[in-house]
Amino acid sequence: MNETIHDLDVRRQLCPIPVIKTQNKVGELAQGEVLRVTCTDPGALNDIPAWCRINGHEVLATEESDLEVVITLRVGEPSVAL
Amino acid sequence: MSQAATSQAAASVTPSAAEPIQRRAIALVSGGLDSMLAVKVMQEQGIHVEGVNFFTGFCVEGHTHAIRKKDKDKNKRNNALWVAEELGIKLHIIDISEEYKDVVLNPKHGYGAHLNPCLDCKIFMVNQATLMLNKARDLAGEKGFDFIVTGEVVGQRPKSQRKETMPIISSESGADDRLVRPLSALNLPETLPEREGWLDRSQLHDFSGRNRKPQIALAKRFGLEDYAQPSGGCCFLTDESYSRKLADLWQARNERRYELDDIMLLKVGRHIRPQPHLKLIISREEGENRFLEGYRYQFTSLTTVSCPGPLALVDGRFESEAELEQAAAIVARYSKGRGDESVTVEVKEPGGVAREVRVAPARPDDIPKAWLVA
Repeated sequence: MNETIHDLDVRRQLCPIPVIKTQNKVGELAQGEVLRVTCTDPGALNDIPAWCRINGHEVLATEESDLEVVITLRVGEPSVAL
Repeated sequence: MSQAATSQAAASVTPSAAEPIQRRAIALVSGGLDSMLAVKVMQEQGIHVEGVNFFTGFCVEGHTHAIRKKDKDKNKRNNALWVAEELGIKLHIIDISEEYKDVVLNPKHGYGAHLNPCLDCKIFMVNQATLMLNKARDLAGEKGFDFIVTGEVVGQRPKSQRKETMPIISSESGADDRLVRPLSALNLPETLPEREGWLDRSQLHDFSGRNRKPQIALAKRFGLEDYAQPSGGCCFLTDESYSRKLADLWQARNERRYELDDIMLLKVGRHIRPQPHLKLIISREEGENRFLEGYRYQFTSLTTVSCPGPLALVDGRFESEAELEQAAAIVARYSKGRGDESVTVEVKEPGGVAREVRVAPARPDDIPKAWLVA
Protein backbone atom coordinates (compact mmCIF):
# COMPACT_ATOMS: atom_id res chain seq x y z
CA MET A 1 0.00 0.00 0.00
CA ASN A 2 1.37 3.43 -0.89
CA GLU A 3 1.74 5.60 2.14
CA THR A 4 1.14 9.35 1.98
CA ILE A 5 4.28 11.26 2.84
CA HIS A 6 3.80 14.77 4.17
CA ASP A 7 6.55 17.25 3.26
CA LEU A 8 8.02 20.11 5.26
CA ASP A 9 10.47 22.52 3.63
CA VAL A 10 12.66 24.32 6.15
CA ARG A 11 15.54 25.10 3.84
CA ARG A 12 17.61 28.21 4.70
CA GLN A 13 16.28 28.22 8.26
CA LEU A 14 18.63 27.81 11.15
CA CYS A 15 18.21 25.49 14.10
CA PRO A 16 16.21 25.45 16.22
CA ILE A 17 13.61 26.77 13.74
CA PRO A 18 13.60 23.52 11.67
CA VAL A 19 13.00 21.60 14.92
CA ILE A 20 10.19 23.95 15.99
CA LYS A 21 8.50 23.69 12.58
CA THR A 22 8.87 19.90 12.64
CA GLN A 23 7.34 19.83 16.12
CA ASN A 24 4.43 22.03 15.01
CA LYS A 25 3.81 19.97 11.86
CA VAL A 26 3.95 16.70 13.79
CA GLY A 27 1.32 18.18 16.14
CA GLU A 28 -1.05 18.42 13.15
CA LEU A 29 -0.52 14.81 12.04
CA ALA A 30 -1.98 11.60 13.39
CA GLN A 31 0.01 8.80 14.98
CA GLY A 32 1.57 6.60 12.29
CA GLU A 33 1.70 9.28 9.58
CA VAL A 34 5.01 9.97 7.82
CA LEU A 35 6.72 13.35 7.51
CA ARG A 36 9.73 14.20 5.34
CA VAL A 37 11.67 17.32 6.42
CA THR A 38 14.11 19.03 4.04
CA CYS A 39 16.71 21.32 5.67
CA THR A 40 19.91 23.13 4.77
CA ASP A 41 21.25 23.66 8.31
CA PRO A 42 23.50 20.65 8.96
CA GLY A 43 22.68 21.01 12.67
CA ALA A 44 19.24 19.58 11.87
CA LEU A 45 20.89 16.23 11.27
CA ASN A 46 21.54 16.04 15.01
CA ASP A 47 18.65 18.07 16.34
CA ILE A 48 15.62 16.60 14.56
CA PRO A 49 16.50 12.95 15.31
CA ALA A 50 17.25 13.95 18.94
CA TRP A 51 13.87 15.68 19.16
CA CYS A 52 12.22 12.55 17.70
CA ARG A 53 13.93 10.23 20.19
CA ILE A 54 12.93 12.44 23.12
CA ASN A 55 9.32 12.77 22.05
CA GLY A 56 8.67 9.22 20.89
CA HIS A 57 8.72 9.58 17.11
CA GLU A 58 10.57 7.14 14.85
CA VAL A 59 13.25 8.32 12.45
CA LEU A 60 12.84 6.22 9.30
CA ALA A 61 15.71 7.69 7.28
CA THR A 62 18.27 10.49 7.18
CA GLU A 63 19.94 11.53 3.95
CA GLU A 64 22.70 14.09 3.62
CA SER A 65 24.05 15.71 0.49
CA ASP A 66 26.40 18.69 0.10
CA LEU A 67 23.59 21.18 0.38
CA GLU A 68 20.63 19.47 1.99
CA VAL A 69 19.63 17.19 4.82
CA VAL A 70 16.42 15.15 4.50
CA ILE A 71 14.92 13.45 7.55
CA THR A 72 11.92 11.13 7.30
CA LEU A 73 10.01 10.26 10.45
CA ARG A 74 6.93 8.42 11.58
CA VAL A 75 4.71 10.22 14.10
CA GLY A 76 4.47 8.54 17.49
CA GLU A 77 1.98 8.79 20.31
CA PRO A 78 0.70 12.33 20.92
CA SER A 79 1.75 14.07 24.13
CA VAL A 80 -0.05 16.69 26.22
CA ALA A 81 -0.13 19.87 24.14
CA LEU A 82 1.81 22.72 25.69
CA MET B 1 -12.17 -17.26 47.52
CA SER B 2 -9.21 -17.07 49.88
CA GLN B 3 -8.66 -14.02 52.09
CA ALA B 4 -5.57 -13.07 50.12
CA ALA B 5 -7.46 -13.27 46.80
CA THR B 6 -10.32 -11.22 48.27
CA SER B 7 -8.05 -8.43 49.42
CA GLN B 8 -6.24 -8.44 46.04
CA ALA B 9 -9.59 -8.06 44.24
CA ALA B 10 -10.59 -5.22 46.58
CA ALA B 11 -7.31 -3.45 45.89
CA SER B 12 -7.78 -3.78 42.16
CA VAL B 13 -11.15 -1.99 42.15
CA THR B 14 -9.93 0.93 44.27
CA PRO B 15 -6.40 1.60 43.03
CA SER B 16 -6.58 5.37 43.37
CA ALA B 17 -7.13 5.14 47.12
CA ALA B 18 -3.76 3.44 47.54
CA GLU B 19 -1.61 4.93 44.80
CA PRO B 20 -0.39 8.49 45.20
CA ILE B 21 -0.83 10.76 42.21
CA GLN B 22 2.42 11.33 40.41
CA ARG B 23 2.90 15.09 40.37
CA ARG B 24 3.96 16.73 37.13
CA ALA B 25 6.21 19.72 36.53
CA ILE B 26 7.18 21.89 33.58
CA ALA B 27 10.88 22.78 33.72
CA LEU B 28 12.52 25.66 31.89
CA VAL B 29 15.45 23.93 30.18
CA SER B 30 18.14 26.17 28.75
CA GLY B 31 20.68 23.45 28.06
CA GLY B 32 22.98 24.57 30.87
CA LEU B 33 23.97 22.73 34.03
CA ASP B 34 21.63 24.49 36.47
CA SER B 35 18.37 23.59 34.76
CA MET B 36 19.71 20.09 34.19
CA LEU B 37 20.37 19.68 37.93
CA ALA B 38 17.01 21.22 38.86
CA VAL B 39 15.26 18.55 36.78
CA LYS B 40 17.40 15.80 38.30
CA VAL B 41 16.48 16.94 41.82
CA MET B 42 12.80 16.78 40.87
CA GLN B 43 13.15 13.36 39.27
CA GLU B 44 14.85 12.13 42.42
CA GLN B 45 11.62 12.99 44.26
CA GLY B 46 9.48 11.05 41.80
CA ILE B 47 8.16 14.05 39.89
CA HIS B 48 7.30 13.61 36.20
CA VAL B 49 9.07 16.45 34.40
CA GLU B 50 8.70 17.79 30.87
CA GLY B 51 10.96 20.55 29.57
CA VAL B 52 10.26 23.74 27.68
CA ASN B 53 12.87 25.72 25.84
CA PHE B 54 12.05 29.13 24.43
CA PHE B 55 13.43 30.43 21.13
CA THR B 56 13.78 34.21 21.33
CA GLY B 57 15.91 34.74 18.22
CA PHE B 58 18.82 35.87 20.41
CA CYS B 59 19.74 32.38 21.57
CA VAL B 60 23.38 31.42 21.24
CA GLU B 61 23.06 28.00 19.71
CA GLY B 62 24.65 25.58 17.33
CA HIS B 63 23.41 27.49 14.30
CA THR B 64 26.13 30.11 14.61
CA HIS B 65 28.64 27.30 14.31
CA ALA B 66 26.63 25.92 11.40
CA ILE B 67 27.04 29.24 9.57
CA ARG B 68 30.76 29.66 10.04
CA LYS B 69 32.77 27.09 8.19
CA LYS B 70 35.77 27.56 10.47
CA ASP B 71 33.55 26.38 13.35
CA LYS B 72 32.41 23.28 11.49
CA ASP B 73 34.21 20.95 13.87
CA LYS B 74 32.52 22.49 16.88
CA ASN B 75 29.64 20.52 18.29
CA LYS B 76 26.45 21.54 16.52
CA ARG B 77 24.21 19.88 19.06
CA ASN B 78 21.35 21.83 20.56
CA ASN B 79 22.17 21.69 24.25
CA ALA B 80 18.54 21.83 25.41
CA LEU B 81 17.70 18.78 23.28
CA TRP B 82 20.82 17.02 24.43
CA VAL B 83 20.02 17.70 28.10
CA ALA B 84 16.44 16.48 27.65
CA GLU B 85 17.68 13.26 26.14
CA GLU B 86 20.21 12.76 28.93
CA LEU B 87 17.46 13.31 31.50
CA GLY B 88 14.91 11.17 29.67
CA ILE B 89 12.33 13.97 29.50
CA LYS B 90 10.21 15.35 26.69
CA LEU B 91 11.17 18.80 25.44
CA HIS B 92 8.86 21.34 23.86
CA ILE B 93 10.71 24.07 21.95
CA ILE B 94 8.53 27.14 21.67
CA ASP B 95 9.05 30.02 19.25
CA ILE B 96 8.36 33.20 21.22
CA SER B 97 10.45 35.46 18.98
CA GLU B 98 7.53 37.68 17.98
CA GLU B 99 6.09 38.22 21.46
CA TYR B 100 9.60 38.60 22.86
CA LYS B 101 10.15 41.86 20.95
CA ASP B 102 8.22 43.77 23.58
CA VAL B 103 10.54 42.37 26.27
CA VAL B 104 13.61 43.61 24.40
CA LEU B 105 12.15 46.96 23.34
CA ASN B 106 10.30 47.92 26.53
CA PRO B 107 11.77 46.16 29.54
CA LYS B 108 9.88 47.30 32.62
CA HIS B 109 12.85 46.51 34.85
CA GLY B 110 15.45 47.92 32.46
CA TYR B 111 18.58 46.44 30.93
CA GLY B 112 21.64 44.77 32.42
CA ALA B 113 25.16 45.75 31.41
CA HIS B 114 24.20 45.76 27.71
CA LEU B 115 20.82 45.37 25.99
CA ASN B 116 20.00 42.29 28.07
CA PRO B 117 16.60 42.61 29.75
CA CYS B 118 17.33 39.61 31.99
CA LEU B 119 14.72 40.18 34.71
CA ASP B 120 11.90 40.93 32.26
CA CYS B 121 13.06 37.95 30.19
CA LYS B 122 12.82 35.57 33.14
CA ILE B 123 9.41 36.94 34.14
CA PHE B 124 8.22 36.55 30.55
CA MET B 125 9.46 32.98 30.24
CA VAL B 126 8.00 31.87 33.56
CA ASN B 127 4.75 33.58 32.57
CA GLN B 128 4.72 31.63 29.29
CA ALA B 129 5.28 28.41 31.23
CA THR B 130 2.46 29.38 33.61
CA LEU B 131 0.09 29.90 30.68
CA MET B 132 1.10 26.48 29.36
CA LEU B 133 0.56 24.93 32.76
CA ASN B 134 -2.91 26.46 33.02
CA LYS B 135 -3.81 25.43 29.48
CA ALA B 136 -2.60 21.86 30.02
CA ARG B 137 -4.56 21.64 33.29
CA ASP B 138 -7.69 22.82 31.49
CA LEU B 139 -7.19 20.33 28.66
CA ALA B 140 -5.82 17.34 30.49
CA GLY B 141 -6.85 17.63 34.14
CA GLU B 142 -4.62 15.37 36.20
CA LYS B 143 -2.51 14.67 33.10
CA GLY B 144 -1.72 18.36 33.07
CA PHE B 145 0.98 19.95 35.20
CA ASP B 146 1.15 21.03 38.84
CA PHE B 147 4.08 23.39 39.07
CA ILE B 148 7.03 25.03 37.30
CA VAL B 149 10.73 24.42 37.88
CA THR B 150 13.71 26.60 37.02
CA GLY B 151 17.43 26.25 37.64
CA GLU B 152 17.69 29.74 39.15
CA VAL B 153 20.21 30.26 41.94
CA VAL B 154 20.04 33.22 44.31
CA GLY B 155 22.90 35.64 43.69
CA GLN B 156 24.13 33.98 40.53
CA ARG B 157 23.20 36.68 38.01
CA PRO B 158 23.55 40.37 38.79
CA LYS B 159 20.34 41.40 37.03
CA SER B 160 17.81 38.62 37.38
CA GLN B 161 18.96 36.08 39.95
CA ARG B 162 19.12 38.07 43.18
CA LYS B 163 17.34 37.40 46.45
CA GLU B 164 15.10 40.43 45.93
CA THR B 165 14.25 39.59 42.30
CA MET B 166 13.17 36.00 42.95
CA PRO B 167 9.77 36.98 44.46
CA ILE B 168 9.28 39.55 41.68
CA ILE B 169 9.64 36.78 39.09
CA SER B 170 7.20 34.56 41.02
CA SER B 171 4.54 37.24 41.37
CA GLU B 172 4.83 39.14 38.08
CA SER B 173 4.87 35.93 36.04
CA GLY B 174 1.66 34.77 37.70
CA ALA B 175 3.30 31.52 38.79
CA ASP B 176 3.35 32.65 42.44
CA ASP B 177 3.98 29.72 44.78
CA ARG B 178 3.82 27.16 41.98
CA LEU B 179 7.34 28.23 40.98
CA VAL B 180 10.06 26.01 42.49
CA ARG B 181 13.81 26.65 42.34
CA PRO B 182 15.18 23.33 43.62
CA LEU B 183 18.81 24.50 43.73
CA SER B 184 18.06 27.54 45.93
CA ALA B 185 14.78 26.54 47.59
CA LEU B 186 16.16 26.65 51.14
CA ASN B 187 17.03 30.33 50.65
CA LEU B 188 13.46 31.12 49.59
CA PRO B 189 9.97 30.88 51.09
CA GLU B 190 8.18 27.53 51.01
CA THR B 191 6.23 26.89 47.82
CA LEU B 192 2.90 25.15 47.23
CA PRO B 193 4.45 21.80 46.19
CA GLU B 194 6.47 21.77 49.42
CA ARG B 195 3.47 22.68 51.61
CA GLU B 196 1.31 20.06 49.93
CA GLY B 197 3.94 17.39 50.50
CA TRP B 198 4.52 16.80 46.79
CA LEU B 199 8.16 17.73 47.45
CA ASP B 200 10.33 17.03 50.46
CA ARG B 201 11.86 20.43 51.27
CA SER B 202 14.70 18.83 53.21
CA GLN B 203 15.92 17.25 49.96
CA LEU B 204 16.10 20.60 48.16
CA HIS B 205 19.22 22.79 48.11
CA ASP B 206 20.56 26.09 49.44
CA PHE B 207 22.94 27.10 46.66
CA SER B 208 23.69 30.79 46.38
CA GLY B 209 26.17 33.09 44.70
CA ARG B 210 28.39 32.72 41.68
CA ASN B 211 30.48 29.89 43.06
CA ARG B 212 29.85 26.85 40.86
CA LYS B 213 31.39 24.28 43.18
CA PRO B 214 28.06 23.09 44.69
CA GLN B 215 26.62 22.55 41.22
CA ILE B 216 29.69 20.66 40.08
CA ALA B 217 29.58 18.49 43.22
CA LEU B 218 25.88 17.75 42.68
CA ALA B 219 26.53 16.90 39.04
CA LYS B 220 29.18 14.47 40.20
CA ARG B 221 26.76 12.90 42.69
CA PHE B 222 24.25 12.40 39.85
CA GLY B 223 26.99 10.92 37.66
CA LEU B 224 26.77 13.76 35.14
CA GLU B 225 30.09 14.26 33.44
CA ASP B 226 29.22 15.97 30.17
CA TYR B 227 27.35 19.25 30.40
CA ALA B 228 27.52 22.69 28.81
CA GLN B 229 30.13 24.82 30.51
CA PRO B 230 28.88 28.14 31.85
CA SER B 231 30.04 30.84 29.48
CA GLY B 232 28.29 34.02 30.56
CA GLY B 233 24.82 33.25 29.35
CA CYS B 234 22.97 31.74 26.47
CA CYS B 235 21.77 34.99 24.90
CA PHE B 236 23.46 37.31 22.42
CA LEU B 237 22.02 40.33 24.23
CA THR B 238 24.56 39.82 27.02
CA ASP B 239 27.31 40.28 24.42
CA GLU B 240 28.69 43.81 24.26
CA SER B 241 29.52 43.76 20.55
CA TYR B 242 26.15 42.30 19.59
CA SER B 243 24.30 44.88 21.71
CA ARG B 244 26.24 47.68 20.01
CA LYS B 245 25.16 46.37 16.61
CA LEU B 246 21.54 46.29 17.73
CA ALA B 247 21.75 49.82 19.13
CA ASP B 248 23.32 50.97 15.84
CA LEU B 249 20.44 49.39 13.91
CA TRP B 250 17.87 51.29 15.97
CA GLN B 251 19.80 54.56 15.65
CA ALA B 252 20.07 54.23 11.87
CA ARG B 253 16.35 53.54 11.57
CA ASN B 254 15.37 56.30 14.00
CA GLU B 255 13.16 53.82 15.76
CA ARG B 256 13.49 50.88 18.09
CA ARG B 257 12.19 47.91 16.16
CA TYR B 258 13.56 44.74 14.57
CA GLU B 259 12.54 41.71 12.58
CA LEU B 260 13.88 38.19 13.04
CA ASP B 261 16.08 38.52 9.93
CA ASP B 262 17.67 41.68 11.38
CA ILE B 263 18.77 39.98 14.55
CA MET B 264 19.99 36.88 12.73
CA LEU B 265 22.12 39.04 10.43
CA LEU B 266 23.68 40.81 13.42
CA LYS B 267 25.25 37.46 14.32
CA VAL B 268 27.03 37.18 10.98
CA GLY B 269 29.79 38.99 9.09
CA ARG B 270 31.70 42.24 9.38
CA HIS B 271 29.39 45.24 9.81
CA ILE B 272 30.57 48.55 8.33
CA ARG B 273 28.50 51.74 8.21
CA PRO B 274 30.07 54.23 5.76
CA GLN B 275 26.93 56.39 5.69
CA PRO B 276 24.29 56.94 8.38
CA HIS B 277 21.64 55.44 6.09
CA LEU B 278 23.73 52.57 4.75
CA LYS B 279 25.44 49.56 6.31
CA LEU B 280 27.41 46.78 4.65
CA ILE B 281 27.32 43.24 6.04
CA ILE B 282 30.42 41.57 4.59
CA SER B 283 31.01 37.83 4.87
CA ARG B 284 34.25 36.74 6.49
CA GLU B 285 34.44 33.24 5.07
CA GLU B 286 32.72 30.69 2.89
CA GLY B 287 30.13 29.59 5.43
CA GLU B 288 28.96 33.16 5.97
CA ASN B 289 28.99 33.70 2.21
CA ARG B 290 26.53 30.84 1.81
CA PHE B 291 24.37 32.14 4.61
CA LEU B 292 24.21 35.69 3.19
CA GLU B 293 23.48 34.25 -0.25
CA GLY B 294 20.04 33.32 1.09
CA TYR B 295 19.26 37.01 1.67
CA ARG B 296 20.09 38.29 -1.83
CA TYR B 297 16.41 38.23 -2.74
CA GLN B 298 15.77 40.79 0.05
CA PHE B 299 18.86 43.02 -0.03
CA THR B 300 21.02 44.74 -2.63
CA SER B 301 24.25 42.74 -2.73
CA LEU B 302 27.82 43.29 -3.87
CA THR B 303 30.47 40.75 -4.73
CA THR B 304 33.81 40.87 -6.52
CA VAL B 305 33.89 39.19 -9.93
CA SER B 306 37.44 39.88 -11.14
CA CYS B 307 38.90 38.03 -8.15
CA PRO B 308 37.65 35.83 -5.28
CA GLY B 309 36.05 37.93 -2.59
CA PRO B 310 33.27 38.23 -0.07
CA LEU B 311 29.56 38.68 -0.52
CA ALA B 312 28.15 41.84 1.03
CA LEU B 313 24.58 42.82 1.73
CA VAL B 314 23.51 46.46 1.77
CA ASP B 315 21.23 47.34 4.65
CA GLY B 316 19.90 50.69 3.49
CA ARG B 317 20.05 52.42 0.14
CA PHE B 318 22.54 54.17 -2.12
CA GLU B 319 21.67 57.84 -2.51
CA SER B 320 24.29 58.43 -5.21
CA GLU B 321 26.66 56.64 -7.57
CA ALA B 322 29.52 57.84 -5.34
CA GLU B 323 28.06 55.97 -2.38
CA LEU B 324 27.74 52.82 -4.48
CA GLU B 325 31.39 53.10 -5.59
CA GLN B 326 32.49 53.71 -2.01
CA ALA B 327 30.70 50.51 -0.92
CA ALA B 328 32.22 48.58 -3.83
CA ALA B 329 35.70 49.81 -2.87
CA ILE B 330 35.16 48.61 0.72
CA VAL B 331 34.05 45.18 -0.48
CA ALA B 332 37.09 45.04 -2.80
CA ARG B 333 39.28 45.80 0.22
CA TYR B 334 38.25 42.46 1.73
CA SER B 335 38.81 40.51 -1.52
CA LYS B 336 41.86 38.71 -2.87
CA GLY B 337 42.33 41.70 -5.18
CA ARG B 338 42.94 44.18 -2.35
CA GLY B 339 46.47 44.85 -3.70
CA ASP B 340 45.31 45.31 -7.31
CA GLU B 341 44.91 48.65 -9.02
CA SER B 342 41.25 47.98 -9.65
CA VAL B 343 38.65 45.30 -8.98
CA THR B 344 35.33 44.61 -10.71
CA VAL B 345 32.38 44.41 -8.34
CA GLU B 346 28.94 43.14 -9.27
CA VAL B 347 26.02 45.06 -7.79
CA LYS B 348 22.67 43.29 -7.78
CA GLU B 349 19.32 44.66 -6.71
CA PRO B 350 16.96 42.12 -5.17
CA GLY B 351 15.15 40.49 -8.07
CA GLY B 352 16.81 42.97 -10.45
CA VAL B 353 19.49 42.94 -13.10
CA ALA B 354 23.13 42.82 -12.04
CA ARG B 355 25.60 45.45 -13.21
CA GLU B 356 29.32 45.84 -12.73
CA VAL B 357 31.47 48.70 -11.47
CA ARG B 358 35.24 48.92 -11.55
CA VAL B 359 36.83 50.49 -8.47
CA ALA B 360 40.16 50.87 -6.74
CA PRO B 361 40.06 48.82 -3.53
CA ALA B 362 39.80 50.95 -0.40
CA ARG B 363 43.02 51.31 1.60
CA PRO B 364 42.99 50.70 5.35
CA ASP B 365 42.96 54.47 6.02
CA ASP B 366 39.85 54.82 3.85
CA ILE B 367 37.84 52.81 6.39
CA PRO B 368 37.88 54.73 9.69
CA LYS B 369 37.38 52.72 12.87
CA ALA B 370 34.20 54.69 13.55
CA TRP B 371 32.58 52.96 10.58
CA LEU B 372 33.11 49.51 12.08
CA VAL B 373 30.05 48.46 14.04
CA ALA B 374 31.20 46.04 16.70
